[in-house]
Amino acid sequence: MDLWRIVLEALDSLASNKVRSALTVLGIVIGVGAVIAMLAIGTGAQNTITGSISGIGTNLLFVMRGGNDEVRNPQPLTLGDAEAMRDSFAAPSVIGVAPVLQGSAEITFAGEGDIVAAVGVTPEHESVRNIEITEGEFINEIHVLGRSAVVVLGPDVAETLFGRTESIVGESVRIEGQPFRVIGITVAKGGQGPSNEDNQILIPMSTAQTRLFRRSGSDQVDMILVQAINADGVITAEEEISAILRNRHRTAIGEDDFTTFSQQSFLQVAETITNVFTIFLGGVAGISLLVGGIGIMNIMLVSVTERTREIGLRKAVGARKRDIMLQFLAESALLSLFGGLIGIVLGWALSMLIGAISAASNADINPVVGIDAVLLATIFSAAVGLFFGLYPAKRAADLEPVEALRYE
Amino acid sequence: MSDWVIEAEGITKVYRMGDIEVHALRGVDVRIARGEIVSIMGPSGSGKTTLMNILGCLDRPTSGSYSLDGSQVAELGDDQLAEIRNKKVGFVFQSFNLLGRQTALTNVELPMRYAGVSNDRRKRAMEALEAVGLGDRVKHRPNELSGGQQQRVAIARALVNNPSMIMADEPTGNLDSKSGVEIVQILLDLNKNLGTTLIFVTHDPEIAAHTKRVISLLDGLITEDRIVET
Repeated sequence: MDLWRIVLEALDSLASNKVRSALTVLGIVIGVGAVIAMLAIGTGAQNTITGSISGIGTNLLFVMRGGNDEVRNPQPLTLGDAEAMRDSFAAPSVIGVAPVLQGSAEITFAGEGDIVAAVGVTPEHESVRNIEITEGEFINEIHVLGRSAVVVLGPDVAETLFGRTESIVGESVRIEGQPFRVIGITVAKGGQGPSNEDNQILIPMSTAQTRLFRRSGSDQVDMILVQAINADGVITAEEEISAILRNRHRTAIGEDDFTTFSQQSFLQVAETITNVFTIFLGGVAGISLLVGGIGIMNIMLVSVTERTREIGLRKAVGARKRDIMLQFLAESALLSLFGGLIGIVLGWALSMLIGAISAASNADINPVVGIDAVLLATIFSAAVGLFFGLYPAKRAADLEPVEALRYE
Repeated sequence: MSDWVIEAEGITKVYRMGDIEVHALRGVDVRIARGEIVSIMGPSGSGKTTLMNILGCLDRPTSGSYSLDGSQVAELGDDQLAEIRNKKVGFVFQSFNLLGRQTALTNVELPMRYAGVSNDRRKRAMEALEAVGLGDRVKHRPNELSGGQQQRVAIARALVNNPSMIMADEPTGNLDSKSGVEIVQILLDLNKNLGTTLIFVTHDPEIAAHTKRVISLLDGLITEDRIVET
């Protein structure tokens, strides 16, 4: 039998019970639509997260105190450690080192106040972190040497305190009750949550050490940012720094009391997390596709029973098992194919809707309907149709012609 | 090729219904020559439907040998039986068994589709419908046709693949007497014009009266096989 004829006949048979076919298709539509939308949201979230991590810079290394759980009494990182990393003989791949001291501090101006992240930095921080200044200047060597009470504000902080981001330089704010002069405003980078750089304030390292965050050791720092010459130099720089720190901290081999992260390793972690997230969402949506498939099987079994006599007749005039099989498989495959096509449109529309909602609520997720998600959903729904159509079709094909013809 | 369309020897059929074995046929020998018109008669439970199913290759005998049109069919697989039904046997059922959503023409084309005929399918289906006098009703669906017309579509479907024999199972059972006579006449004309072997399975002595040979069954055995002198 020619394929075209099989498809036409299957269409005709599905059309003979429109409501039933439509409801069966609906199960697949919802399943495929959900899979597409969930994968789109997952991909969108992943893009947002990796995008903001990439913004950190591809050639950055983060060095933090503490090794794995077995290392006891890790020594703190110090300004001396940072200084040692600037040694261009011991660390030729390193072109910038920026130690930081972090904490939160209350900042107030004329009754307006907020608790923000305060970071003690050195002048090199500007180039290492790619910070740009809209007005005023960044912290310089003189500020650090003089332990000056000066501060560079993130645009969000400026907005909170002054209600504007311009003409602020020269104003005096209070940080933890102490007066600080605003010397600059950074360019908005965009961002969310606790790592939002727009909502932080930068002060000279020495000022932070003496006035805001007292640590047990006088030159102790929380983290050292290291800039490698380029993205490929990150791994060499990591080795060079590790050697320097091992030497300075006199640790045994394999017992590093510090940890380095590169932006790549952050990216990897983030990608792993968002992949799991995407797979989870897709899996939940996949369950509804499975339920849709069971709907197809259910309806096909009913259809086989209803058409037992027809099957008997077809066998009597010479239909082989595979002819009957093909006939019923064509019907279930068409059901899931229609479901898949409509589901793709629905999923796409749903993604757009979620994108619009998240844009309206300032959540920066831009759902992406990838061609791979569409392909996956199409293949998966066709497979569902074939798989769940197989059993009913087999049942139809295995009917004994004598029994089937006698069926009332 | 032998002159016998049907050569069956020692045909038995045993059904299992739970623990009980039902002996539907207990050793039937039948030979039917090409072009013969035969009635198989018998009361309910005599085994005549079982015999028809086996002779029509819808079912296999439990034991015995059966050769249809020169080929041994007792040992064949499902798909080979399907092919034999397709090419060598035409069925006419009491309840017509047409596909309700298809036109008369598509119904008649059905066996050719399973046979893989694609070229002159439409033409042959038209010819078959014209042969049963329905040349003007080809686009009608079964529910737009009378019982007699539906049965004529079924006959056209049975003869479209030029089978060796046509098996008619109570072909007039669902028809009024006038249509019934017409249907029997169409079948007899086919026999006269094309030489198709005709086997009627029936209760109806009226039909049996038109046939030259009557085989009577009772309790799974042939009790009488007589040639009617005309």
